[in-house]
Amino acid sequence: MNESVAGRAIDAVWRIESPRLIAGLTRLTRDVGVAEDLAQDALVAALEQWPESGVPANPGAWLMAIAKRRAIDRFRREELGERKRDEFGRVELARKEAEPGFDASLEDDIGDDLLRLVFIACHPILSRQARVALTLRLIGGLTTAEIARAYLASEATIAQRIVRAKRTLTEARVPFEMPQGADRSARLASVLEVLYLIFNEGYCATAGDDWMRPSLCEDALRMGRIVAELMPREAEVHGLVALLEIQASRTEARVGRNGEPILLPDQDRSRWNRVLIRRGFAALDRLERLGGTLGPYALQAAIAACHARAGTAEETDWVRIAALYDALLEVMPSPIVALNRAVAVGFGYGPAAGLEAVEELRFEKSLEGYYLLASVRGDLLARLGRGAEAAFEFRRAAAATANERERTLLLGRAKAAGDVDSATGRSTRS
Amino acid sequence: MRFMLLMMPGGYGEAAPGTMPDAAAVGEMMKYNEALGKAGVLLALDGLHPPSMGARVSFAGGKAAITDGPFSEAKEIIGGYWMIQVRSRDEALEWAARCPAGEHDTIEVRQVQEFSDFPPDVQSAAGSLPDLLARTGEHPTRE
Repeated sequence: MNESVAGRAIDAVWRIESPRLIAGLTRLTRDVGVAEDLAQDALVAALEQWPESGVPANPGAWLMAIAKRRAIDRFRREELGERKRDEFGRVELARKEAEPGFDASLEDDIGDDLLRLVFIACHPILSRQARVALTLRLIGGLTTAEIARAYLASEATIAQRIVRAKRTLTEARVPFEMPQGADRSARLASVLEVLYLIFNEGYCATAGDDWMRPSLCEDALRMGRIVAELMPREAEVHGLVALLEIQASRTEARVGRNGEPILLPDQDRSRWNRVLIRRGFAALDRLERLGGTLGPYALQAAIAACHARAGTAEETDWVRIAALYDALLEVMPSPIVALNRAVAVGFGYGPAAGLEAVEELRFEKSLEGYYLLASVRGDLLARLGRGAEAAFEFRRAAAATANERERTLLLGRAKAAGDVDSATGRSTRS
Repeated sequence: MRFMLLMMPGGYGEAAPGTMPDAAAVGEMMKYNEALGKAGVLLALDGLHPPSMGARVSFAGGKAAITDGPFSEAKEIIGGYWMIQVRSRDEALEWAARCPAGEHDTIEVRQVQEFSDFPPDVQSAAGSLPDLLARTGEHPTRE
């Protein structure tokens, strides 16, 4: 086999197999860091052997066999050195290893192991940044270089972040287990938050010249779908997936030819991806069949679905969207949600009602300097014919955003609003 | 990136109307489909009835003409497809290689064109660019 062809095939196998591989190895070693080292060892062996031998028929099993052999070597060395050996149940591993049918039982449990790995990567003991990096690495199968590129960070920074995260987990002896009881919902919330953060960074980049980094969106979606398969009875997981599928369906319509953002009402809806919209609706169906009250992600997905159903911006059912935001405020009281609600009210009940809803948020501490508050006010004022005030708000919003593309858009809107005479509402230019 | 894996089963061109794969083959294929789903890469899939139940529309001389199947001269006949979303062409090829296909089957792996892949003139032809400075309305929720 041609060496570079093999190398590329190995990258692909790694991306597909590494999460399951690391999950299985974490169960054996009770240490994510050790598990990842062993998986890397197996990858190195593949890089040495596959260019000669070709990719084996079952590459995942091949990698696991090599990694387990390395694990046993490693434990034997540690035992010889009389280091702490019972601590992580490693002796148990050696015993189990000898039992027939061991591989079969490993295969059966791999789904549970993968889910435990997801919970560990998103453990609240870690900072959000660390959870994101570790999740992309362990569950998404991304290389450190790929994560660094996606976050416009140096490879060294990301590598260090991952190493520290793994050390934190080891030192805290975070157990490799399925969280139960009250802990479970908090831990699940963290998993969903991490996936949503990853998606949002791709959907609406906080820094840099590009408005979107679609491959991050795809990574988040892929992991969301994996988690939904692992936890089919958790309604909010389907809610998150539904939300991401529908938002991702707009990717191709959200960016203009020169990379500039195109906002929802102005998007060419024929460019929305119907396959993803259908998948989003299917996920919504699934969560509705599970019953219970709608959680925050399910409600946001229901809002996204309202937009997806509207053939044109004018057909949008803003009254229903405003009602869904009311429900969302109940389960997720936040100024940002209130701001979004004000936008919906502005379209559903007119700009005056929208402005009234926004005014309530003007002195909200957490929204101070938040560019979307100024942008929403500017929009409502412009629609009320108060051009000069609108232009002022748009310029304020432009000064507050960190994204170049968005700044250009907002300055353009400031100019357009300023050109409208506030007394007559007519354009002063022909 | 999205890819279509186009399955071309050997001998499907001559298959009688209503031909179905046998239960064992379907069982194997379901396991494969499940693996694609569990990995979060599967977007859509479908199987197609044999060409003996279909027809072809050709346009010789600029006029549509219909020919009922089967098409004896055709070698590669599509029997179904998977649409997957993966990070690279190599990953798409790796997934195709894992399909429990028969020895006379072929899978063609093709990348799906995205609107943003089109050059500017094609994008213009596909639709006019919406007014950049028009009103707002989209406010992604983020904290």
